[in-house]
Amino acid sequence: MDKNQDNILDEFTRGEYKHGFVSDVETETIGKGLNEEVVRLISRKKEEPEWLLEFRLNAYRHWLTMKMPAWAKLDIPPINYQEIIYYAAPKQAGKRSWEEVDPELKATFDKLGIPLDEQKILSGVAVDAVMDSVSVKTTFKETLAERGIIFSSFSEAVKEHPDLIRRYLGTVVPYTDNYFAALNSAVFSDGSFVYIPRGVRCPMELSTYFRINAAKTGQFERTLIVADEESHVSYLEGCTAPRRDENQLHAAIVEIIVERDAEVKYSTVQNWYPGDKEGKGGIYNFVTKRGICRGERARLTWMQVETGSAITWKYPGTILKGDHSVSEFYSVAVTNHHQQADTGTKMIHIGNNTRSRVVSKGISAGQSSNTYRGLVKVAKECRDARNHSQCDSLLLGDRCGAHTFPRVDVANPSARVEHEATTSKIGEDQLFYCNQRGISTEDAVGLIIKGYAGDVISKMPMEFAVEAQKLLQISLEGSVG
Amino acid sequence: MNKEKINRDLADLFREAKEILARNTSPLIDRHREEAYRHFTSQGGIPANTEEYRHANLLPLFDRDYHVALNPRPLHVTPGDLFTCNVPALDTRHRFTINGWPVNNPGEPTELPGGVIACSLSDAAKYYPRLVEQHYNRHATTPPRDPLVQLNTAFARDGIFLHVPDGITLDKPLQIVNLMLGNNNNIMSFQRDLIVIGKGATATILACDHTLSDHAFLANNVTEIALDENASIQYYQVQNQHSAAARVHSTCITQERQSRLDANIITLHGGYTRDNLLVTLRGEESQCNLHGIYLPDKQQQVDNHTIVDHAAPRCQSNELFKGILDDHATANFTGRVIVRPGAKKTSAYQANHNLLLTNTARVNTRPQLVIDADDVKCTHGATVGQLDDDATFYLRSRGIPKEEARLMMMAAFAREITGKVHLAPLREQLDDLLEKRLRGELSKCHDNLLHCKRST
Repeated sequence: MDKNQDNILDEFTRGEYKHGFVSDVETETIGKGLNEEVVRLISRKKEEPEWLLEFRLNAYRHWLTMKMPAWAKLDIPPINYQEIIYYAAPKQAGKRSWEEVDPELKATFDKLGIPLDEQKILSGVAVDAVMDSVSVKTTFKETLAERGIIFSSFSEAVKEHPDLIRRYLGTVVPYTDNYFAALNSAVFSDGSFVYIPRGVRCPMELSTYFRINAAKTGQFERTLIVADEESHVSYLEGCTAPRRDENQLHAAIVEIIVERDAEVKYSTVQNWYPGDKEGKGGIYNFVTKRGICRGERARLTWMQVETGSAITWKYPGTILKGDHSVSEFYSVAVTNHHQQADTGTKMIHIGNNTRSRVVSKGISAGQSSNTYRGLVKVAKECRDARNHSQCDSLLLGDRCGAHTFPRVDVANPSARVEHEATTSKIGEDQLFYCNQRGISTEDAVGLIIKGYAGDVISKMPMEFAVEAQKLLQISLEGSVG
Repeated sequence: MNKEKINRDLADLFREAKEILARNTSPLIDRHREEAYRHFTSQGGIPANTEEYRHANLLPLFDRDYHVALNPRPLHVTPGDLFTCNVPALDTRHRFTINGWPVNNPGEPTELPGGVIACSLSDAAKYYPRLVEQHYNRHATTPPRDPLVQLNTAFARDGIFLHVPDGITLDKPLQIVNLMLGNNNNIMSFQRDLIVIGKGATATILACDHTLSDHAFLANNVTEIALDENASIQYYQVQNQHSAAARVHSTCITQERQSRLDANIITLHGGYTRDNLLVTLRGEESQCNLHGIYLPDKQQQVDNHTIVDHAAPRCQSNELFKGILDDHATANFTGRVIVRPGAKKTSAYQANHNLLLTNTARVNTRPQLVIDADDVKCTHGATVGQLDDDATFYLRSRGIPKEEARLMMMAAFAREITGKVHLAPLREQLDDLLEKRLRGELSKCHDNLLHCKRST
């Protein structure tokens, strides 16, 4: 690699975090630390029914028996769970009328480019904005309600639709699932609840925007999406956090239930604060996301662009239970500086004729480590399952790592499972080809990366594709391998 | 299945055996025992449910009563009478082992043309201590230390030793025939082979594993191979044992600059077979090609576990393992390619393809890439599927009966591996064996051991 290319690579990977500001919002927090009393306090603050408190306490007691798993290819400094604040709420949030809300709060979301004022919205996206532990505002609720769609913050849903919550909560990710799922189930704060009734096609994109603002807090949100028979919804999720020197924990759970003939598209642009160039600070993003295609011909698509977080640990997965159900997973994961990511997907084929497709593109730069870890499992009774997985890694720089740990477990001979992976840097021949056609090295790198991630970006909903493209440019402008 | 009990029994055995082993082995071999056993216990003893041995289920295998052969058994027959290799056209030099003990002539081993030494490891320690000291247990200790390799080091006393000096080409392939023969009891054995190929030397080695009686066997063997600069080796391993035989064989290979390894692991039959292939590419521009085929049926289980560690720049590795699974058979494949920081211009390819013939056969495949350098080209692929209906239809439309068409396609699937065997007589015999096996004739033969004992 010549000098010039080194410079370009440097510039390319130097991108600054644009959402690192702190909002001066008056925040109500509880003391740090975790015990049964804290769990009860959170439940009390949210005015929750007895059964939900019971659920939390069971989860908490189970969590106490568990140990933090160590199998991921991540170097996680020990986390002191007693040093974390488990509940923080901007004081002005949850006001009945939008006018009453603290202008600083509005300004925060304005600055982030999240439209909360319905009049100003051009894009036709309904937003649930969550800051720290509470939902600030959910837009277009009424418009959606006309069609019977429920889109609200999780706490509201617990009050207004307790039956639905009780019926679905913990059915896809039980609190016994893993260490962080148990922790989340005990202390989860807010999040979104979506219910699309039978036969309804959601007229607009639904979106939740998560923002961590308060210091020393952990964010534990919980999202539950239920698509009843023959319904359709596209859901987007975005997240940012201020720039701080200490690490903050984010352990979320997303559960998605897709009934017969329904379709859910779930997109994430994950842009938590990744820490500075020396690897100081940043969010620990330990997330459990899982969907189930319960009925026949159900369809669940995961799309994710992962650029943030100091450490990412997540494996969105689908249980393909209904016959002929389909799941797809498209992911672009970018790590830079000292970021670490261990991410991938699980496809569990149970129903006959189920299909899944995995396309994962990892880009590592700086001294980061980027791992794809996946599971494709075909159950014994599952006939004619089909899976194709492709996971490619691109290395920009000689101090980063790209790792691939796929796993294929097949117990039925009628399954066709294919997995392929490549790891490489940007080819000198590719650059040379571009150069000799008058394209500068910097442009050529941009072009190659765009093409590399294009498979995934092109599948995203339009609004997100634009944001994702921009994000990629910020963290990866002008790369060379 | 009590893991603690098994480990306790092994600890007792080790304590008791230590003295006997020390009395009868050269200090060059003996001095590694304690440390190896410590590593074995620090990893929790017999691996159960660890990431490396996830689907292995070793505990029931260790939970049987075995006679552990700490001393060689007196032999009243020549091994040639017990077993004749059924590859008639193959011109090789033979070295036999029975239950892990080399069958050799007493006295100083005679050197072969070119100063090649092929004798037992204990003789080598006696007559060529410098070579043994330089290489013994040097290639089997690369981290992560495999617990079963450590267990072997703790108990091993003897095996086959081969040294090909610098610049020499071994005139004939060396055939190591490992026989398992029980005498009213089940046998557990720990064989340890050491193969040292000097600078610019070449050798062809064929290792065969067979069983001669229907007792239960558990062999935990290790072969260390050292390839010096420009050395090249063809290493074939053919395994054809009965269903009560369990065999864990770890081959630990270190390659220096511009050396070349061609390994072929052929698993025809066995109750439980696990092959660990641990290759460290330590010198620049070295190359390794690992190929394997496994054809388990009934309740057999075959595990192939490979680690190719690219520790130097400009090395190449190619890996292709294929399997055809019938009845209730299980196969596991783990292939890990590690590219260390600084190992630039690495080229690594890895693939695992499986055919499942029945509803009850099972495959778990885990191809893994761990890459810490840029400027590399690494690809892996894995497939699990069944025979292509279109291709079967094509053959049938040309008048080939369905069963025959399926056989043809399976044979073609397997021949991609056997085609890599350079020894023509062996290749032909393997193709023949493969076909027999696919027709179900080979496993019939295994029900009747007498018939197989003196196979032609």
